[in-house]
This record gives sequence, structure tokens and C-alpha cells, in this order.
Amino acid sequence: MALRKCGNLFVACLAGQSSRAASTMTVRDALNQAMDEEIKRDDRVFLLGEEVAQYDGAYKISKGLWKKHGDKRIIDTPITEMGFAGIAVGAAFAGLRPICEFMTFNFSMQAIDQIINSAAKTYYMSAGRVPVPIVFRGPNGAAAGVAAQHSQDYSAWYAHCPGLKVLTPYSAEDAKGLLKAAIRDDNPVVFLENEILYGQSFPVSDEVLSDDFVVPIGKAKIERSGDHVTIVSYSRGVEFALEAAKQLESIGVSAEVINLRSLRPFDFESIRQSVHKTHHLVSVETGWPFAGIGAEIAAQVMESDVFDQLDAPLLRVTGVDVPMPYAHSLEQAALPTTEHVVKAVKKSLNIQ
Amino acid sequence: MKAAMTEGDAVITAYRCHGWTWLLGATVTEVLAELTGRIAGNVHGKGGSMHMYTKNFYGGNGIVGAQQPLGAGVALAMKYREQKNVCVTLYGDGAANQGQLFEATNMAKLWDLPVLFVCENNGFGMGTAVERSSASTEYYTRGDYVPGIWVDGMDILAVREATKWAKEYCDSGKGPLMMEMATYRYHGHSMSDPGTSYRTRDEIQEVRKTRDPITGFKDRIITSSLATEEELKAIDKEVRKEVDEALKIATSDGVLPPEALFTDIYHNTPAQEIRGATIDETIVQPYKTSADLLKAIGRA
Repeated sequence: MALRKCGNLFVACLAGQSSRAASTMTVRDALNQAMDEEIKRDDRVFLLGEEVAQYDGAYKISKGLWKKHGDKRIIDTPITEMGFAGIAVGAAFAGLRPICEFMTFNFSMQAIDQIINSAAKTYYMSAGRVPVPIVFRGPNGAAAGVAAQHSQDYSAWYAHCPGLKVLTPYSAEDAKGLLKAAIRDDNPVVFLENEILYGQSFPVSDEVLSDDFVVPIGKAKIERSGDHVTIVSYSRGVEFALEAAKQLESIGVSAEVINLRSLRPFDFESIRQSVHKTHHLVSVETGWPFAGIGAEIAAQVMESDVFDQLDAPLLRVTGVDVPMPYAHSLEQAALPTTEHVVKAVKKSLNIQ
Repeated sequence: MKAAMTEGDAVITAYRCHGWTWLLGATVTEVLAELTGRIAGNVHGKGGSMHMYTKNFYGGNGIVGAQQPLGAGVALAMKYREQKNVCVTLYGDGAANQGQLFEATNMAKLWDLPVLFVCENNGFGMGTAVERSSASTEYYTRGDYVPGIWVDGMDILAVREATKWAKEYCDSGKGPLMMEMATYRYHGHSMSDPGTSYRTRDEIQEVRKTRDPITGFKDRIITSSLATEEELKAIDKEVRKEVDEALKIATSDGVLPPEALFTDIYHNTPAQEIRGATIDETIVQPYKTSADLLKAIGRA
């Protein structure tokens, strides 16, 4: 009798738990799921890049895909970025929908002529005759301990170019929804992931887990509502922004955090609406400051009615304007931290 | 070459693309009017001399060598779809030294892509003769592990037969092939190059006299009694008429209105706000595509 009571209690506990528990998912799994679903959904979609097939992906993003979909859909390439990016673009010209992975975007510089001159510009030059439905994806920005040639952030470079769409996911929901949207999009999309975010877990709703979950391209997300200051960021910067917002809350400052999600098209409207409310603006990015994303936000703010809404100038938090050093302490010093964001907010609000 | 090609075959080349654009379906008017940037042009003035396209013709590419992997990519799509087709990928002797050619041939050979790499060796890369640009001028051998054939590019029948043979090779799944077409460039590299600072006028005239493909072929079909002088004169006359009419349109047609600046940014995407020269001239795309704009001005 007592045993059965225990058993019933146990079952009741489990049932209660499963109705309350949220699912979590890593960014890595989200990207994997997105590609798996889209490859299944559309015959024309395929993935190519270094180590994407038999190695399961240099960062395991494409784990299991080759076993499932085979040689035709998951293609290992030699270490020849200009060649395989050009081949991917040519395949897109001819109506396939390639996903071209760069092991990191540092190596995309080898292929950048194909990305800009062949992919981004062809629809325009051909007066719409030749659309280029391709996704270039891979990790972008600083990793950890890989020094200058492997740590550059290309957000500003690619966001600069008309004809491209440039996406910068932060969470698992972003990663899955934006990658699916990118693959379904009929234009060349540069999809800038972040290696440090790959292993991070995020809560995801059931909707995110469905195979039709897409996030609209060109729309920012308000990660956290607030009234005193707007912190705008993208990719890894959102992590610092949210951390800063938590710290600021304990001293009575309510920060609104905007996750841009998309650098091109750029959702300036979300910044405008937020600053109309808060009158203070801080931008956060991990790339170099000169002509960076924060610089673009500053220019757009200056040229709009948002300028009149500000009680203080835009303050930028960025990476330090140096190539990335190797030593751990130096590397840390080359990147922004939550502390920097908190300091910038305090300066904007003129508080200690 | 076109005579040896079949439905579904594709071509991609560099910027010397006017002949191919016409061969692959565009009218003479479309080609000439694109040079003058008019609405009647192949891409209505959005692309110009270097960027013309038709079905299965992927341009018209301005960056030397870019078309090499692009062509291999078109071939990949053909193989992916199990088509019995080939992508003819042309490039000049100047582009034959591009690293991306070797990257593309490596992958084409690895994956058996039906790409026919054709080097049009006309003796000069802009103002540089081949001996000064290339440690090896045997361009048909540069494929290394990809077999190559040398063709007299001035002999029309040789070109046709070689292309026919090459296409059969690629169609059979054997993978890529490389062809070198030995030819000659009469004019300078572009409108800004008189073409005589790096060679003699005598040399140019000599080639014209002894190796010209069109007059050479003309002599052959007349001596073989396959055609008469009169028949050929009639063709000339008809062609001249067609070109004259095209020229008339190309020099008199209108140009796209200013809204065309903003068309063809994205495909199947809502109208975008586009920053102008100043913030005050920022505009939401009035027409998303050239097709929409043409319809609106009655030139659909």
C-alpha cells in the first residue's frame, strides 16, 4: 500500500515536471536541425565545404548529415575556397540552392570575389534574369586563442554590400529560424555564426522545434524590454548586452536589449522606436570600431529624428582597434566585456 | 561550337561575350542596344558590354577567371540533375594562369563534372604576348590530369568536330576536358587600346590575309561548290540589313527612367528602403524589378 502510494507520487511528480519543463537546444544543434530539415524539404538544397561530410563538420555543425543524406547532398571539398565558392555560385546560377560553408569567415577572403562580384551583383547586372539563391555560412569573429589571422570579424565588410543579405544569429531560436529563412531565400545570404556560441544552450519553444519554423529576415528582436537605455547588438555582443542589463537592473537601471538578427536589411525602425522610449543608446559589437556596425548606427541616428530623441550621444562598445594577439591576457584585453557595456550605459545616463 | 551543342548545354565566358549572347538566343538589337545602354538592350542597360545573359548562357563575367569555377558549378548542377549536358567554360590565354582554374579543374576531375574548359588563345592578354605571361604556352596541357586537345581555332570545321567529340566525352560521364583554340585578336584589348603598341600592323594584316576563319571557310565552300558567290553575297546583304536596323534602334531608343537605379536588388523580397546620395534622397524601391518597371512604362 505504501509502495503504491510512493509509485503514484513518483508518477505525479514526473507528469508535473514534463508539463512545466521547457526544451533547451544548443546553437550547434539548432543549425544542424535547420540544415537537415531544409535538405529533406527541397531537393535542390545541398551543403559543400571542408570536412562537412565524413568528418561531421569541423565544428560538428553538420554532424550526421552525410550519413543521412549521402555524397550527393553533403560534399567534402579540397582546401580551395575560391574554387569551391565559385562552384557553389555557379550551381546557384543554374538553379540549385547550395549552402557553402567556410570553416571560418577568415578563409572567405580567399573567395570574396566570388561572393561579391559573382553572387551579390549578378541579379542586378542581369536585370533580374539570374537570381543567386546561395547561403555562405560559418563562424565569424574572435574564437579563443587562435590569434590574428583566425579572429577577424567580417560583419562590417559584408553588411557594406548591396545585393547581399547578412544575418547574425545569437540564440538557438535565431540560429534555426534564420538559417532556414536564409536557405529558403532566393538571394545570396552571408550567415555569420559565432564559434563561442555554438555550444551554448538556449530555451526553445515547441514552435522552434517544428520543421517549418522560420524567423523573418530584416527584423530585430527585443530580447529584453526596458525604459532607461537601449542597448543594441548582434551575435555574441547580445550576450554582453543581456549580462549588462542584468547587472544594471540591480542598481535600478532598466535596459532594453535589441538583438539585430540581421545587418542587411537593417531594422533601424526597432532602434528608432526604442530610443523614442529610452532616449539613451549604446551599441555593442566585438569587431573593430573603424567603419564598423556601431559607426553605421551612429550615422543613421545622426541623419534621422532619433538624433532629437537622444539625451546623450550614442556610445559604442567595440573590439580594440588592433589585430588579435595570442596571449590569453592580451586576447581578453582586445575584446569588449560586460563591464564595458555597464560603464557605457552609466556614462550615457550620467550616473556613477 | 554552337553547331555541336545540344538543348540544355550551357555556356559561360569572360567579358568578350557579344557573339555568344547572340548565338545563344539574343537578337542583334539586344546586343547592340546593351552597348549603348538602352531599354532594348539585353539587360536594358543594367549590365552593359560585359554583362549579358540568355537562357543557359551565364554571361558575360568581368573578373578574369571568375567564370572558371562558375562554369564547373553549372556543370555540377547538370550532373546533380542527371542531365546529359555540358557546360562550355571559355577563358583567354591571360586567364589560363589564374589559380582558380586549377582549383576548378581539380574539383571537376575529382567529381567527374561535365565541364569543357576552352582556352581561347589569341596570342595576347591585353598588351602582353603569351610568351611574356606564361611559363608554358601549351594551354591544352595545363589541365595536367585532365586530358586536353589543341584545335586550330581559325578552321571552322575543325572547331565544330573537336567540340562534337569533346561533348561526347563529357556527356559520357568521363569528367572534364580541356580544349585550346588557337586564334588571333585583330583589334586591341578594348576601346582604349589601339592594339599596335605591342605588335606590328603587318602581323595583323598577315593573319587577316592568310588565316581568317570566315574568308577561309568562304573559299572552301565556294571551291567545293557548296555555295556560290551570289548566295554568300545575299547572306551578307541580309545580315547588313539586320545589323543596320539594330543599329538604328540602338542609337535611338530611350534609356530606363531613374527608378531603374533601384530595381533588381533582391529577388522575391518586399520593397527595400535604399539610401540615396543624401539622407533626403533615401527612397523605398518604387519598382522591385526591371520587369515591373518596364511593364509600368509600356515596354514589357
